[in-house]
Amino acid sequence: MRTGRKILAIASVLVALVFTLFPFYWMFVSALKPDKDLYNAQGNPFAWHGVTFAHFEFLFTQTHFLQWLLNSTIVATASTAISLACSILAGYSLARLRYRGAGVLGWTFFVTYLVPQTLLFLPLTAVVVKFHLLGSLLGLILVYPTFLIPFCTWMLMGYFKSIPRELEESGLVDGCSRLQAMFRLILPLAVPGVLSAGIFAFTLSWNEYIYALVFISDGAMKTIPIGVPSELVRGDVFFWGELMAGALLGSVPVALLYSFFVDQFVSGLTAGAVKG
Amino acid sequence: MAATAGSSLKPTREFALARLLNREAPLGYALLLPALAILAVFVAYPFAFGLWLALTDSTIGRLGHFIGLANFAYILRDPIFTQALGNTMAYTFVTVFFKLTLGLALAAVLHIEFRFNRFTRAAMLLPWIIPTVLSTLAWLWMFDSTFSVFNRMLAWIHVTGPSWLGQFPWPMISLMTVNIWRGTPFFGVSLLAAMQMVPAELYEAAVVDGAGPWRRWLYVTVPTIRPVILITTLLSIIMTFADFQVIWILTKGGPVNQTQVLSTYAYVVGIQGTDIGIGAAISLFMFPVLCVSIGIILWLLHRD
Repeated sequence: MRTGRKILAIASVLVALVFTLFPFYWMFVSALKPDKDLYNAQGNPFAWHGVTFAHFEFLFTQTHFLQWLLNSTIVATASTAISLACSILAGYSLARLRYRGAGVLGWTFFVTYLVPQTLLFLPLTAVVVKFHLLGSLLGLILVYPTFLIPFCTWMLMGYFKSIPRELEESGLVDGCSRLQAMFRLILPLAVPGVLSAGIFAFTLSWNEYIYALVFISDGAMKTIPIGVPSELVRGDVFFWGELMAGALLGSVPVALLYSFFVDQFVSGLTAGAVKG
Repeated sequence: MAATAGSSLKPTREFALARLLNREAPLGYALLLPALAILAVFVAYPFAFGLWLALTDSTIGRLGHFIGLANFAYILRDPIFTQALGNTMAYTFVTVFFKLTLGLALAAVLHIEFRFNRFTRAAMLLPWIIPTVLSTLAWLWMFDSTFSVFNRMLAWIHVTGPSWLGQFPWPMISLMTVNIWRGTPFFGVSLLAAMQMVPAELYEAAVVDGAGPWRRWLYVTVPTIRPVILITTLLSIIMTFADFQVIWILTKGGPVNQTQVLSTYAYVVGIQGTDIGIGAAISLFMFPVLCVSIGIILWLLHRD
């Protein structure tokens, strides 16, 4: 009975793992397969003859891929920095200071976090046009904080609340101002929370699609998610090897970030659902 | 409130500001300002503007005139809109059902300690981490009409596979599969985290009462983590109802609107067709689902 259950559990884990990982496996092998294996509908789909780096070469020499990589990095870094700066201040304020409306404002941030991008993208496009930000990376850098700030603020609020109040009270007694107490005593202790919020924010902006799709049309200004499917599909022709190579390279930064910080990721992912 | 040091100094303007910022309420509001400013300009204002746009005949680049509810009257008579609304509901209902069921199973299995547990957990989260557009491109390739790896595997055992993204009802089924693939880890991980917080005494008491693993799960685990199940489900309903990426990459709503949903149709009408007023009205149909879900979430969170 006990072993029977264990075998069942292991079997279901294996099935789930194959289902989960197969697309990544297929992405990986397709990026390295020569075209004659890629476009061959006959025989064993898992057999292939030799490895080629031609798809990667094409990506770097015939498309704006490096530029997209740079754009994605600029946009994700800048919007994460802006969001963290705003969210540290707001999170501290909502978690630590007592004033009228703090409770309602805290919930407002939470509700804003739940508003999907697809509900707002049309009027937001009109606003972005009005501010002459259409087609520029600056537009994305200013718009991405709209979904990063609510999330980071909510996460940091929870983190600040977990740091004992006595700590800053002792600082205040010793003659610190409130701002000094916040920056010198509380913030250093909140570094792990800031780090997980930052990783999350970076990943979310790296992955963002619809705003970039609507706001950016110039090939050299694109980010990875909109660049890869645009320049590697020409008319009806899909450059599958190159598409998979681009998808693979575009996934590497977040996959690396994730592999180093798995635990922060998991606790961050569940923070919203569990801690509420 | 801490006493301000050096109150005998002549109060210069900076000094007055410093004193003001040392009081809780002014400092509290001041620290909120940068965040609120960004959200006011790029969330609250566009939202209000969207409500107005939906009541006008605006196109991209030209603000139109107030036309009352004419856009809503127009889209409610539009058969493609009705189809998109139905597709959105089917897509949400079916995928959330599977994501919840598979997520519960995944969490239950991952809760058991076994050797590759850590690796398995990390691997299971990958679909959630990797940029959706990029992983969906891999699915697009796997669904390819000529070189689909699924069909090649089927051909191996002498079965002719369907045209995954071309022939009814496969396109919708394919989209749902990808959405379930991507969304299940979110359920698995948040339910697992909740399960790990269930007090061990509850299980011990159940064992004393003679409950087997299945009954322990049903009568101890599920009731204890019910709030997390509900909140995760509602979050997923919001995200799925508004999903765009998976559908746009795989089918763009086609073939012939078979997989058109609210978000893709709003994009088609509002951006590609430049009728931004009608597009805004279409995306506003997400609003009721959003309101109801948020209402229930807030109610659940406030209850405890």
